[in-house]
Amino acid sequence: MEVYGWGRFPKASAELLEPVDSESLIKILTANKKIGPMIARGAGRSYGDSSLSANLISSRFLDSFLGLDEDAATIRCGAGVSLGSILKVCIPRGWFLPVLPGTKFVSVGGAIAADIHGKNHHLDGSFCEHVAEFTLLLASGEKVTCSAQQNTELFHATCGGMGLTGIILDATIKCERVSSVSIKQRSLVANTLSECFELLEANTDSKYSVAWLDCLAGGNKLGRSMIYLAQHDDNSDSIKEPKYKNRRRATVAFDMPAFLINKFTLGLFNDAYFNLKKKVHRESTVNYDTYFFPLDNIGNWNRLYGARGFLQYQFVLPLDTALEGISQVLFKVSGAGKGSFLSVLKKFGKANANLLSFPQPGYTLSLDFKREKSLFPLLDGLDEIVLAHGGKIYLAKDARMSESVFKAGYPEWEKFLETKLKVDPRGIFASLQSERIGLT
Amino acid sequence: MKILIIGATSAIAKATARIYAERGQELFLIARNEEKLDALSADLTVRGAQRVGHAVVDLNKYRDHGKAIDAAFDFLATIDIALICHGSLPDQDASEINFKLAEREINTNGLSVISLLTILSPKLKQQGNGTIAVITSVAGDRGRASNFVYGAAKSMVSAYLQGMRGKLFPHKVHMVDIRPGLVDSPMTAHLKKGLLWSSPESIANKIVAGIAAGKHTLYAPGYWRVIMFVVRLIPEFIFKRLKF
Ligand SMILES: Cc1cc2nc3c(=O)[nH]c(=O)nc-3n(C[C@H](O)[C@H](O)[C@H](O)COP(=O)(O)OP(=O)(O)OC[C@H]3O[C@@H](n4cnc5c(N)ncnc54)[C@H](O)[C@@H]3O)c2cc1C
Ligand SMILES: NC(=O)c1ccc[n+]([C@@H]2O[C@H](COP(=O)([O-])OP(=O)(O)OC[C@H]3O[C@@H](n4cnc5c(N)ncnc54)[C@H](OP(=O)(O)O)[C@@H]3O)[C@@H](O)[C@H]2O)c1
Repeated sequence: MEVYGWGRFPKASAELLEPVDSESLIKILTANKKIGPMIARGAGRSYGDSSLSANLISSRFLDSFLGLDEDAATIRCGAGVSLGSILKVCIPRGWFLPVLPGTKFVSVGGAIAADIHGKNHHLDGSFCEHVAEFTLLLASGEKVTCSAQQNTELFHATCGGMGLTGIILDATIKCERVSSVSIKQRSLVANTLSECFELLEANTDSKYSVAWLDCLAGGNKLGRSMIYLAQHDDNSDSIKEPKYKNRRRATVAFDMPAFLINKFTLGLFNDAYFNLKKKVHRESTVNYDTYFFPLDNIGNWNRLYGARGFLQYQFVLPLDTALEGISQVLFKVSGAGKGSFLSVLKKFGKANANLLSFPQPGYTLSLDFKREKSLFPLLDGLDEIVLAHGGKIYLAKDARMSESVFKAGYPEWEKFLETKLKVDPRGIFASLQSERIGLT
Repeated sequence: MKILIIGATSAIAKATARIYAERGQELFLIARNEEKLDALSADLTVRGAQRVGHAVVDLNKYRDHGKAIDAAFDFLATIDIALICHGSLPDQDASEINFKLAEREINTNGLSVISLLTILSPKLKQQGNGTIAVITSVAGDRGRASNFVYGAAKSMVSAYLQGMRGKLFPHKVHMVDIRPGLVDSPMTAHLKKGLLWSSPESIANKIVAGIAAGKHTLYAPGYWRVIMFVVRLIPEFIFKRLKF
């Protein structure tokens, strides 16, 4: 069947295997010696080709909760459970997930494999820092428990390891106790990029922070942005009414004609957005769902970019080069009139010991681009800027970076390969991405 | 609410049980695989079920049905909803020439359900309320060359439910005949999926809503009512030439 990631590029043909439990999964691994390269597939929310391969092992049926510890506030569940399902279990207990991405549909397995980050990375780190342990199924069919204390080498390779060490069967997640799930947010306007950086620096004590940037604005508007600071609202008793609503309001059922996405329509949208936002309330309290997952209310919004799909380009630059590097990127993007709706800028906190994890101290920017021929040379140019400033590109979003760009950005790749070789000597686990960037 | 689910480890049943669990309801599960039942009970408890009990029965052993349903009443005391979900998809070509196979399939999809209904209905009648909901299939709407052993068994259950609905109506017991179309579950893992396929989760949402609304025949999703209406209209001299 034809398979693809969230960006709907690239598309590949693959055999989709949906084992109903770990026993049938072990059978797939051990019974058929001839089976070609395979990779785990969670919710398919990575943008490019990290979960594409000739054989996909879906975690769809690993979707059960296995247990819960009320005192420690931990939840143990199958790797196919979505973060949204975990929230449904957490919230009535006054717990919350310590790291949330921009969509609640990602699976636990995908969250670990990409070691995802949220709007609070500067304070709370990335997802795997809140994983007490997980069970990994190796190519041999053997199950191993990994944690920061047990099988540490494998733990640090698997966290952020994009499914290349094996298949995560289940995990124990440490939840955070919160006062409420209402989010009190405050917005600030920055007219330039350096103003935006200053505001983010000045507000690092804010639990959640993120900036939406207009990447089409050039000249003296380069870097104009809205900064959103937020925290759990202590004065709200929303936890006492834990109604978790599915608020899907609309679905994009068909591919939009891609020509509707061009610099004029996007420019109009972004102008309208900024003019509107400048006038609206600077402070408001919203439901966590609205705050964290604004796009989840529009089903299949990825179809807005048309049948040819789109790419997200997310990179991180160290603190000292970030302002300069990001200015250069924005200059290039606005000059080319590409780029897209709003782009997201975030300040990262400390890095962790995981070999291929993305977050490192500095600033990360993500930009969406509709796929067109002329985009690829532009992105190659951006790669050069990113590398020249000591940065790297996020594997979970990538669909096209070259082997050399990857290896320059991820110096621990060799150590990763050593570990992978120990547990997967025949190289069974491979994705189109890992083949492209020289990891398999 | 107190809910009994039979064939509880089926994908559709599991998705339905999860909705009830999230609403904090009391559940009793019957299925043949103890390990799966234990896992499902733990899952439903974490998701918010007030209490979860279970009994292990191979549903083709009719003589064990009574004991399992007694266990359900012991645990729940009363039953608001009894949902029957188990089933199997026969190998049509093999079972139409091998009666042993056909018999087993008709037992699983047809007679075992009737045995369960025979035990459940007097209990609900005595209770004076409750709903019995059974998953049959659109395959029972017309016998098709490609799937008529299954279709015949499901159709038998549909007719039975229809009659029993009238019999129990004065006693405030309601019967729902749930007819899913094509569902992407382990039962159909070997089939190629297309546009008309639904997820077990979406069928589960429709089952919960349909039971609450007191539906008689619930096509899930609803467009199958139209499709099957058209399928039933096709004249037999044409239909017999169709291979589907
Ligand atoms: C709208 C949107 C917003 C997003 N926002 C953020 C964000 O804020 N921060 C962020 O960090 N990311 C973000 N992402 C990216 C997303 O969190 C990651 O791509 C995540 O990995 C997706 O998980 P998935 O379950 O969809 O996995 P898939 O896309 O199916 O797979 C992703 C990778 O995980 C591996 N994998 C999946 N399951 C397993 C398993 N059981 N065992 C081993 N490996 C496995 C796959 O092999 C693959 O390499 C966003 C994505 C979208 C669509
Ligand atoms: N999938 C479809 O396209 C579709 C369409 C229309 C109707 N249906 C009906 O929907 C219902 C649920 O099916 P599903 O799609 O959810 O498939 P499923 O996951 O394969 O469920 C079938 C269930 O029936 C159980 N079962 C079979 N024989 C049994 C026996 N002798 N004793 C006890 N349990 C037995 C199986 O138990 P184990 O878990 O132990 O194997 C399994 O849980 C079935 O009645 C099916 O006929 C399905």
